[in-house]
Amino acid sequence: MSGSSGAVVLRTEHLGRRVGELWIVNDISLEVHRGELLGLVGPSGSGKSSLLRLLNRLDEPTTGTVFLEDQDYRLIAPPELRRRVGMVTQRPFLFPGDIASNLRFGPAQRGETLPDAEIAGLLERVGLPGFAARNVANLSGGEQQRVSLARALANQPEILLLDEPTSALDEHAKSGIEELIRNLVSANRYTFVLVTHDRDQARRVCDRVALIEAGRLVQQGTPAEVLGA
Amino acid sequence: MLKSLFHSQIALGFAQAAIASVLALLVILLARRRNIHLESDTAVALLRGIVQIVVVGSVLVLLLKAPRWSSVFLLAGMIIAAGSISAKRAQNIPGARKVSTYSIAAGAGLVTAVMTWAGVIDTAITSLIPVGSMIIANAMNTNGLALNRFRSEVLAHAGEIETALALGAAPERTIASYTEASIHSSLIPAIDNLRSLGIVWIPGLMTGMLLSGADPLYAAIYQFVVIAMILASSGLTALLSTMMIRAYVFSPAEQLVLRENA
Repeated sequence: MSGSSGAVVLRTEHLGRRVGELWIVNDISLEVHRGELLGLVGPSGSGKSSLLRLLNRLDEPTTGTVFLEDQDYRLIAPPELRRRVGMVTQRPFLFPGDIASNLRFGPAQRGETLPDAEIAGLLERVGLPGFAARNVANLSGGEQQRVSLARALANQPEILLLDEPTSALDEHAKSGIEELIRNLVSANRYTFVLVTHDRDQARRVCDRVALIEAGRLVQQGTPAEVLGA
Repeated sequence: MLKSLFHSQIALGFAQAAIASVLALLVILLARRRNIHLESDTAVALLRGIVQIVVVGSVLVLLLKAPRWSSVFLLAGMIIAAGSISAKRAQNIPGARKVSTYSIAAGAGLVTAVMTWAGVIDTAITSLIPVGSMIIANAMNTNGLALNRFRSEVLAHAGEIETALALGAAPERTIASYTEASIHSSLIPAIDNLRSLGIVWIPGLMTGMLLSGADPLYAAIYQFVVIAMILASSGLTALLSTMMIRAYVFSPAEQLVLRENA
């Protein structure tokens, strides 16, 4: 694993979200560097996924803000922000139809048509060569998650948020997705933020980890520093 | 038999109501023998029904003497009440009452105004109020059905909607199919009414016209006119309410705010 050395792509400043009386994300300031895989780890209910939803503004922060390439994200139109900060959720939520139409969805929102060659390239990259015409109804859980990843990558995001992408998968599919994510970071210099409650997974795939507990950032560093060997 | 006993029409009406109530109470006694207890509910409903309808009848007596322009205020009052009632079907959607009232006002109001202007609905208060209230009541039902279905669809598909938002889709694009399903399902009763007109049911208005001696063919055609007006106003109301409710389902920053756990 490479460790973080790239420029800062995304930075949060005193980011917080309160729901009712409860601060589910509380005063979090952290940086994500280009080409790294940052893991957000912590127990269930600690606020990791809530923090992730603030990063592409699916939820509104109560305090603080996020800077994308040094620009306050409140100044970026939400569709453009979400194109640049992509997201893959725990459940893939594929749209009915074939895989190609799912990959075309994002670019089509901007009036662009994704060429067949790019669809083939993306599917090659996620380990599903020749799957473009397959109906999403006939895919396994692991394959669906790969399509979800390719669909997010089709938008050419600067950073991709992954919310527990393997938690609903069996061990075999899980290791396949982990290997794929790692390859995408190493070979293609993608920047990922991965939410996981699985400390072993964080040790295996992350360059850096941030430990979140009760909505607060407790510690950040290399997996060995934060999680131990 | 009753007519020979009562010389006043009001007294005759109360006697007829008493006999109908006795029949209903007999059914309650039959139900009681099977350990189904409906006594208190039915007694209250019967009492409430007779009081309400006598009050409405008394108001109608006053209305017959009221000037024509007063029907505008009465219809406006009905629209406000209809907005409030049908908004309850859209639980948890903020702004549902406002959206419902505006949509019913626009849908039912426009159709009633155009048809009155065209001379299809007579401006006499005895014509405008009953026909207008039918149009408003049906618009209210359609609006309630549309918002209720829309709410269920959005809550059930929050994941799909947020996935589309996360891929850069505009809010209206993410809910387009759910909006369409809501409008379609809300109009099923109005469309079915039109389809079954004269075959499955002969509506009350036509019956009333026949009883009051109108030409049966004209009564039948006029009934079609009313049901078609109901379809037009209901359709317009559902289109408007599902369009306006969007502003309350998404925040200005294009976040889905209508969520089960939000």
